[in-house]
Amino acid sequence: MPKPILEVRDLTVEYDTGDRPVVAVDAVDLDVHAGEFVGVVGESGCGKSTLLFAIAQLLSSPAAITGGSVRFQGQNLVAMSETKLAALRWRDFSVVMQSAMNALNPVKSIGGQFKDAIMAHDEPVTDDRPAEVLRLVGIDPIHLKSYPHQLSGGMRQRAMIAMALLFTPDLIIMDEPTSALDVVAQRSLMVQIKDLQQKLGFAVVFVTHDMSLVSHFSDRLVVMYAGQVVELGATRAVFDNPAHPYSKGLLDAFPSIRGPKVPLTGIPGSPPNLAHPPSGCRFHPRCPVAFEDCPKIEPELYQVGSVQARCLLHAPGQTHAADPIREATS
Amino acid sequence: MTSVNVDQLSSTDSDSAPLLETKKLTRHFRVGRGLSRKMLHAVDDVDLTIGRQEIVALAGESGSGKSTIARLLAGVYKPTDGEIYYQGQALSSMRSRRDQLAYRSDVPMVFQDPFSSLNPAFRVSHGILRSLKLHRTDLTRSQRYDEAERVVEAVGLAPAGEIMHRYPYELSGGQRQRIGFAQALAHKPKLILADEPVSMLDVSIRIGLLNLMAELRRSEGVSFLYITHDIASARYVADRLVIMYAGHIVESGPTESVLANPKHPYTDLLLGAVPDPRAPLTAAVEGDTGEPPKVIDPTPGCRFRWRCPLVVDECHHITPTRRRLGDNHDAACHVAQPDPGEENLAAR
Repeated sequence: MPKPILEVRDLTVEYDTGDRPVVAVDAVDLDVHAGEFVGVVGESGCGKSTLLFAIAQLLSSPAAITGGSVRFQGQNLVAMSETKLAALRWRDFSVVMQSAMNALNPVKSIGGQFKDAIMAHDEPVTDDRPAEVLRLVGIDPIHLKSYPHQLSGGMRQRAMIAMALLFTPDLIIMDEPTSALDVVAQRSLMVQIKDLQQKLGFAVVFVTHDMSLVSHFSDRLVVMYAGQVVELGATRAVFDNPAHPYSKGLLDAFPSIRGPKVPLTGIPGSPPNLAHPPSGCRFHPRCPVAFEDCPKIEPELYQVGSVQARCLLHAPGQTHAADPIREATS
Repeated sequence: MTSVNVDQLSSTDSDSAPLLETKKLTRHFRVGRGLSRKMLHAVDDVDLTIGRQEIVALAGESGSGKSTIARLLAGVYKPTDGEIYYQGQALSSMRSRRDQLAYRSDVPMVFQDPFSSLNPAFRVSHGILRSLKLHRTDLTRSQRYDEAERVVEAVGLAPAGEIMHRYPYELSGGQRQRIGFAQALAHKPKLILADEPVSMLDVSIRIGLLNLMAELRRSEGVSFLYITHDIASARYVADRLVIMYAGHIVESGPTESVLANPKHPYTDLLLGAVPDPRAPLTAAVEGDTGEPPKVIDPTPGCRFRWRCPLVVDECHHITPTRRRLGDNHDAACHVAQPDPGEENLAAR
């Protein structure tokens, strides 16, 4: 297998809150290969957006990277100077933010904002490149003259993606780009992102709280809980046979429009306060299959078939039934 | 055919009238100034009925007019045309402040965004106690407090006494939305207008609130108008599903019937867009860019015709009206076919 273009090792991010630091991202490892689509899912407050910002070196005080490395195409971004980073951003990797309304400048036309990004780099770009990328995302280039408020929510989000494509980067980081859209616009945007990815070959790291959204689009899935990766594996494998009770809970949290109507419970409780994370396994207070070891022993990521899961049920030498997760929660 | 009987009785007997009914409800907004003044048709000719203890889901894309309907029903907007009947009584005939207060107390609203709908400067008990003071003047101060505690418990927050003393920032999004429901519940409502109550919340806690709606219907006997763009959640709680497109109701019927046997091509499109990891990816929505039109000074014709895969000549000239095509199942489409055995109904 070729070397990954993005290697995150042991990445730790802390928020300095005065008394004790809040560890929002706790020793996360993540590899992204060229042309791969990686989905990062979890509830709000699980650290998924902080992880993205840490990868893109966009964190601002009181958050700071306190350990680990982010190697992008062999270079460690954590140790890199702002000037060097500025050259990389947009050109080699770009970020699409959650709310396009806030990410676009409201008093500047779309074309003007494209020009800003182009002028900040010494890359040779043809004059019709802005029109070209707009066409790529299915917007009439006439909208280069439009201001953000003149576009619908879906079009603004597309314009953001067009901007991210200006220099055809190798990696695009997306932070819930579809969460402000309704289902039809959401689906068509997802189909388009996937299309572009296949056409242009960039890699995508896609953060969302809606696991079902990425089910048909991502190659690999990272499930985060309380700052940690709790499950990691091929998307299909995680969906067909979730190894962590939390992934299973997320999967069962939304109703289906097909099949029999079954009562659902969601995941009881709410995510823990990261200033005082629960002892042992961080999910144990909400876990339907927790047992006596869970509050005591902190689980690691164990290999479970083709996936990895941070659950003591899968610890080597664990005597519990082979698959109590499915039995107890289904 | 009980619904037909109920309709006929509505003017004479307020007890057997549907809880709330709209007839040809219409709301237009003026856009532009001077010579470029135009009319935006947000809601046109909407006939909607909500029964007692019924959960009706109103689904559609953003901009389809579903929130405008909620605001019309809540009395935030005045209708441009048409009428809203509450227990058989026309809303426009409720002139006195007492009548209007009574209506607002019976039909409260729960808002989409739990982060901005609670006043951050007050404890969460503030909103509940305020509405109790306004709407239930018979209660003493301590009774109001007891009642507030009761509704906070009813929405599944415990310990109620302690939660009520917190500030909104001390609660999670799901808890705040439950407080939103508690506020609505405090004045013993008949119908709660819930405008996308779960769309700002995490997927993992949405189910809890949907279950809460079903539970409140059972324990408190309230009806819900559940406004959403998520058909899967509508299926989970609603008895009846009403689909809106560009200000018109395009399809309505019992939830399962609409989902299993969608009549309108737009309903098909919406269903195809619901992400479902258990099903294979459907190609139905590929190529559709998902832009509902802004209905400004419309000409006759079906408003879905530009996106419709089944479009025929008729669609460009004649606005389709709702026809009965199945058991309690209507659609406004020239092409949609009635169920076998329902042809007579359709012709009527």
